[in-house]
Amino acid sequence: MKPSKLLRLPAVLACLGVASAHAAWQTNLTPGVTEVGESVYQLHMIIFWICVAIGVVVFGVMFWSIINHRKSKGAKPAQFHESTTVEILWTIIPFVILIAMAVPATGTLIKMYDASDAAVDIKVTGYQWKWKYDYLNEEVGFFSNLSTSQDQIYNRDEKGENYLLEVDEPLVIPVGKKVRFLVTANDVIHSWWVPDLAVKRDAIPGFVNEAWTQAEKVGVYRGQCAELCGKDHGFMPIVVKVVSEPEYKEWVLAKQEVARQEYELKNKEWTLDELMTRGEKTYGTYCAGCHQPDGAGLPPAFPALKGSQIAKGPIESHADIVLHGKAGTAMQAFASQLNEVDIAAVVTYERNAWGNSMGDMLTPQQVAAMKNK
Amino acid sequence: MSAVIESDHHDHHHGPAKGLMRWVLTTNHKDIGSMYLWFSFIMFLIGGTMALIIRAELFEPGMQIVKPEFFNQMTTMHGLIMVFGAVMPAFVGLANWLIPMMVGAPDMALPRMNNWSFWILPFAFGLLLSTLFMDGGGPNFGWTFYAPLSTTYAPPSVTFFIFAVHMMGVSSIMGAINVIATILNLRAPGMTYMKMPLFVWTWLITAFLLIAVMPVLAGVVTMMLMDIHFGTSFFNAEGGGDPVLFQHVFWFFGHPEVYIMILPAFGIASAIIPTFSRKPLFGYPSMVYATASIAILSFIVWAHHMFTVGLPLAGELFFMYATMLIAVPTGVKIFNWVATMFRGSLTFETPMLFSIAFVILFTIGGFSGLMLAIAPVDFQYHDTYFVVAHFHYVLVPGAIFSIFAAAYFWLPKWTGHMYNETLGKVHFWMSFIGLNLTFFPMHFVGLAGMPRRIPDYALQFADFNQISSVGAFIFGTTQLLFLFIVIQCIRGGKKASAQVWEGADGLEWTLPSPAPYHSFAQPPVIK
Amino acid sequence: MKGSESLQARHRRVLLRALLVVGSMFCFGFALVPIYDVFCKVTGLNGKTQDRFVGVIDVPEGVERSVRVQFITQTNAGMPWEFRPVLREVSVAVGQPTDVEFYAANPTTINMVAQAVPSVSPSEGAAFLQKTECFCFQHQPLKAGEETHMKLRFFVDANLPDHIHTLTLSYTLFDITDRDPKTKS
Repeated sequence: MKPSKLLRLPAVLACLGVASAHAAWQTNLTPGVTEVGESVYQLHMIIFWICVAIGVVVFGVMFWSIINHRKSKGAKPAQFHESTTVEILWTIIPFVILIAMAVPATGTLIKMYDASDAAVDIKVTGYQWKWKYDYLNEEVGFFSNLSTSQDQIYNRDEKGENYLLEVDEPLVIPVGKKVRFLVTANDVIHSWWVPDLAVKRDAIPGFVNEAWTQAEKVGVYRGQCAELCGKDHGFMPIVVKVVSEPEYKEWVLAKQEVARQEYELKNKEWTLDELMTRGEKTYGTYCAGCHQPDGAGLPPAFPALKGSQIAKGPIESHADIVLHGKAGTAMQAFASQLNEVDIAAVVTYERNAWGNSMGDMLTPQQVAAMKNK
Repeated sequence: MSAVIESDHHDHHHGPAKGLMRWVLTTNHKDIGSMYLWFSFIMFLIGGTMALIIRAELFEPGMQIVKPEFFNQMTTMHGLIMVFGAVMPAFVGLANWLIPMMVGAPDMALPRMNNWSFWILPFAFGLLLSTLFMDGGGPNFGWTFYAPLSTTYAPPSVTFFIFAVHMMGVSSIMGAINVIATILNLRAPGMTYMKMPLFVWTWLITAFLLIAVMPVLAGVVTMMLMDIHFGTSFFNAEGGGDPVLFQHVFWFFGHPEVYIMILPAFGIASAIIPTFSRKPLFGYPSMVYATASIAILSFIVWAHHMFTVGLPLAGELFFMYATMLIAVPTGVKIFNWVATMFRGSLTFETPMLFSIAFVILFTIGGFSGLMLAIAPVDFQYHDTYFVVAHFHYVLVPGAIFSIFAAAYFWLPKWTGHMYNETLGKVHFWMSFIGLNLTFFPMHFVGLAGMPRRIPDYALQFADFNQISSVGAFIFGTTQLLFLFIVIQCIRGGKKASAQVWEGADGLEWTLPSPAPYHSFAQPPVIK
Repeated sequence: MKGSESLQARHRRVLLRALLVVGSMFCFGFALVPIYDVFCKVTGLNGKTQDRFVGVIDVPEGVERSVRVQFITQTNAGMPWEFRPVLREVSVAVGQPTDVEFYAANPTTINMVAQAVPSVSPSEGAAFLQKTECFCFQHQPLKAGEETHMKLRFFVDANLPDHIHTLTLSYTLFDITDRDPKTKS
């Protein structure tokens, strides 16, 4: 522990009691930016204060006894050991309190379950370890990956403000519109959670779950995967950008334009250097988590690429594994996750990085041909 | 009393055998109880070391000490070892030592099975721990081992994990049957059910829970095994199965399991608090009924662990209401303990300190449990550190503190010596401070949005995590002091009287300290 | 009665009864599987759909209501097939049988078998989306490089709760080449 932190410790402890008043330290649930979030927050506070009240009474009696009925003060023990009236009372009173809690809770829950008549439908798919968003009516779809660098995670670089809570492409939704999420998963169970939107839904492979939100304030809201999903469970954040309606429309158009450009890039003539540059970036986002930035892998689960038989073997079988994965291992099929350009780039990069100087390259056109074979 | 001393006299020719074989072949409930307790303490230290590895990694943002895959193995193993290796065997150990003495029996009903049920455990946990050194590492899918992470995506060692769980299950079931047979058949004449000490009552109910739900756990791991090796599809969607089914079956076991770890603790508190209040337990019958209702309710609340999987609205409401209902009998117990202390004549020896802390901190855990029961709010709490704080508040002060309380309370009876009271109090206060420092801040980070089971976290969670880590190391190292106190007490100390504590009441306190190798060869007479 | 029995016999009786409980609870664990299935079908838990509909479609007189039905698809990890609905959504009148198609292609160099798993959202509506013909009822083999259009015929039950206006039918395609009996042998 650094000395400065040590000095802070007593101050920190002093804060614990009155921590909720402390702005810099978030110690309470966020009311978020939705109506449902607000009522969840209200419920949370009501129940919290009921618990505090019960606690004060129960612990009050207890400490009264501890202070006043000690033997050292000469207390003589009473011999009572039952009282039907009292016992019935303290069974019935909690029961009534519980009913009082259950009523508003039921109302909020019913509201949360009504996802009908949404303006935007978004399919959210959990992957090990990233999210994919598909806008059902806009024909826009993309992956959202952690954008914090491995250098920051392994303490070789200063950590940024949104360390571990930043992605390459955030989800964008319009403000004031009901947005429905259809949540599913590609491999194991994940859970899509954004506290400010008061949405948490498990993503289960093979099944769809439904949730909805209606953000009332423009802003950037961050969340994380909430269900243990393997190695990088802690490294698949969610970022939601809530924007105004016109901005949202613009974004959709721009997204569609980018898709068209990517399509054109596929047919461009690529040089080895261009592919290496793009490949390094793609590798960093999609591959380095398992195979490590230096290609050394984490054997035995994640084999090394540096000097590997595959990266130095025939280029077709190398590309085939990247495209279609390897059965019985953690290696996924990237054919549906990456476009032709990225696959060509990453294969080229793997064959020419870390001393794997094969000198050959794969073009997007070759990848397209392999995909359609 | 005189009958007891006489029988002791008759028995001296078959006291304990000598050497290692005494422990391997023993069928004596006291020997087996001691072995259970030592085993559980060793597991407590191993599981605690894993917790400290976790807390060390979480001391600061960034990955410093372990890799994420090893971190996941640590969280998984910590949970499994603490639940199945530390808490459950400790309670079985206490049951072995105390139930025959409390009901006036010479030994457990099925002594050879007793030996078996203990000796399975070291092998089960040896196997479980050995998976850490296997190719691909040990179980890394959380102690709840949700499919398909624990089936299709599991490391190869999962098969050994399943086998280890089977062995633990067999051991627990045999232990439970033994407890049931002892309590049903070996009570001294006059010891009617409603005269049994509450520890015996709570253990009887726990034993019924065990034989009801451990087979379900065995069933669920068997289904996993079949999915992994024999091509069935219980939990695979592609074959017509359903991963959510796993969670239903698991939590059908899992929720009663939670009460298996807490009901005997209720029994311990109900023995200690009246003793040091010098006043009979308030509302004995309602304590029994409350325990039984908690046990029954525990079978219909399992899906509150699954509020976010997408249950239908009606299911969500049912499980919310049923869960809230548990607060009623639990509240009755807390009120009864407080009423027992009220207008008593209180002293604060170490067992009493641990018991009072148990009541207070367990109640705090109960409050957060009530908050978690509210389904719409649970969407925000689910799988965050708020849940971690909740169940550690229930289990550490609940189960672990009550086990410490029991150990201090009955140690003079077991060893014949008083333990060092000053050191005991130091142990208590260090544990109390360490525990709250560790787990209280977890409420805050959880509410602020930190998910559980992550090896690294965003910067805004850093300060509270640091406090937690400091607390964890205080708590962890303090437990070595407990080891010292126990060894010191076994080796010598002030002689303990038969009654030991001024306010102690019950059959075990009529036996001399240390209790003779064979307790009641002649059944005692119950007044 | 208890007094007349030897202690040994009483222990044995407790032991046997306890073992009976243990045995039946073990079986109960397995019994939860079919119980759960029935429960899912009835409540639409997890959006599970019904088996093939047989019988007469019952449309009450004078009911004119149309429902938007969306189709979404995904392929599970390790499944390289291309798989998408031909139509993204249709609007259907309740009780009206409708045909739609899904496109699937196997881009790999090996023959494969797939299984599609359906799921409906909101799950409350799952019980009201009835299929009379569906590719998800069978295994779907595709040779290397082959493509196909797979058929689905369904109707929406007129009893669909009034507040549901949109049903989303999702199919997840799994690679079951290894578990299909034909490819295995």
